[in-house]
Amino acid sequence: MHYDRPPIRPVNRPRDEAPISSAIADPIIEFRGVTYSVKGRSAPLIAELSMSVNSGETLVLLGRSGSGKTTLLRLINRMLIPSAGQVVVKGKSTMEWDAIRLRRHIGYVIQEAGLFPHFTVAENVGLVPKLDKWDSARIAKRTDELLRIVGLEPKEFAQRRPAQLSGGQRQRVGVARALGADPSILLMDEPFGALDPVTRSELQHEFSELACRLGKTIVFVTHDLREALLLASRIVLLQNGRIVASAKPQDFLRIEHAEVKAFSDTLQTVAGEPA
Amino acid sequence: MTPWTFMVTHRSEIWSATLDHVALVLIAMSIAIVIAVPLGMFIVQRPALRTFSLGLASVFQTIPSLALFGFLIPIPFIGGIGPRTAIVALVLYALLPILRNTYVGLTSIDPAVLEAAEAMGMTNTQILTGVRLPLALGIILAGIRTATVITIGVATIAAAIGAGGLGTFIFRGVAMVSDGVILAGAIPAALLAILADLLLALIERRLRVQ
Repeated sequence: MHYDRPPIRPVNRPRDEAPISSAIADPIIEFRGVTYSVKGRSAPLIAELSMSVNSGETLVLLGRSGSGKTTLLRLINRMLIPSAGQVVVKGKSTMEWDAIRLRRHIGYVIQEAGLFPHFTVAENVGLVPKLDKWDSARIAKRTDELLRIVGLEPKEFAQRRPAQLSGGQRQRVGVARALGADPSILLMDEPFGALDPVTRSELQHEFSELACRLGKTIVFVTHDLREALLLASRIVLLQNGRIVASAKPQDFLRIEHAEVKAFSDTLQTVAGEPA
Repeated sequence: MTPWTFMVTHRSEIWSATLDHVALVLIAMSIAIVIAVPLGMFIVQRPALRTFSLGLASVFQTIPSLALFGFLIPIPFIGGIGPRTAIVALVLYALLPILRNTYVGLTSIDPAVLEAAEAMGMTNTQILTGVRLPLALGIILAGIRTATVITIGVATIAAAIGAGGLGTFIFRGVAMVSDGVILAGAIPAALLAILADLLLALIERRLRVQ
């Protein structure tokens, strides 16, 4: 057996040179050997997974139902606690974070939006600022600003109830609510999954523009490869709680892996022509 | 003597019996709400206690009302003849609908709403008071409405153990074989139940979301 020794660095390296690791990337979320298992299930939902999410990137977690995508998302804001390993957010393990504080500074958008039906649109959007005890004038200003960002005219929509909105409008409010306290991280769990195809496509395109403009770190869960290719700056493919592929969208389809193939086959139309 | 003339000649007596009846119902319902609503909130997170308390409340409801009054009379402190025993029995009757609806209301909330609330960084107390309770209010009120109507009915039987109220006329009328006297108790009791039902339905509709 033969091992290559790492080359010995010259000792006289200039002292003011930045360490190499921070010059490459700036991870805002890190999974370090994370396993998540539940009682009564032999296979863990997440198995010794390590990866990092860099500041400002849009990472799409792609995978079938049950591949562990949502579990991974919920480990980030401590809705779930790892059975082994660590999830590090902004340099601190989620176990050291106060769960409430951590969550208020991570936006979260889910399918069907999960808006509070007894709140107006404005109250929904202003929820996190209110929890953080902003004064009402500042909340009102922020709410208007956020509604405009997601393309809803405050005058028309602020006082409506979620039941008086269309599915697409509800999802817009969901995004505005997640941005409430201006979090640097946004977690999105199939946010456009329940919308009709036309509205979904509109929102995807608008959102991809919005994501560029806001410069947030986004972790986006989907089972739709088309959506992943459109929105991602990096796609991570999960299978049975493990990462099987990780690549930029333009390189993703070239990866030789059965699961990548299975997903790329979904892009084919019935006639066998690429869509 | 027609029922109508009896009611006219005894109107002040009927009126005061009606007030007694309303007082019985109001006191019993207040106690039942104070017990059942917090208990319903408490058992949401505690499955063992939930089975036990819902089971016990169901048992009380299956006991025929007259038998329940009978069981309570020999019990020291809460028993005996008079309104106190009646109130205890009425409370036991009213518990189940309120308890069950509180529990169902708090647990039948859209899971996406609760997930969002948790992910927004709301504490458990904030989720209970700001999300679960307001959304469950309509269903809890429906339980209170059912319990109120039941209590108005059962309270007529409380006259059998000397609690007063509109049942007094019904029992007296049965003993006298007089339709007029029976109806002097039965009609106001029925009207009371209908009125309470309508009133609470109105409040419920205003508070129910969507």
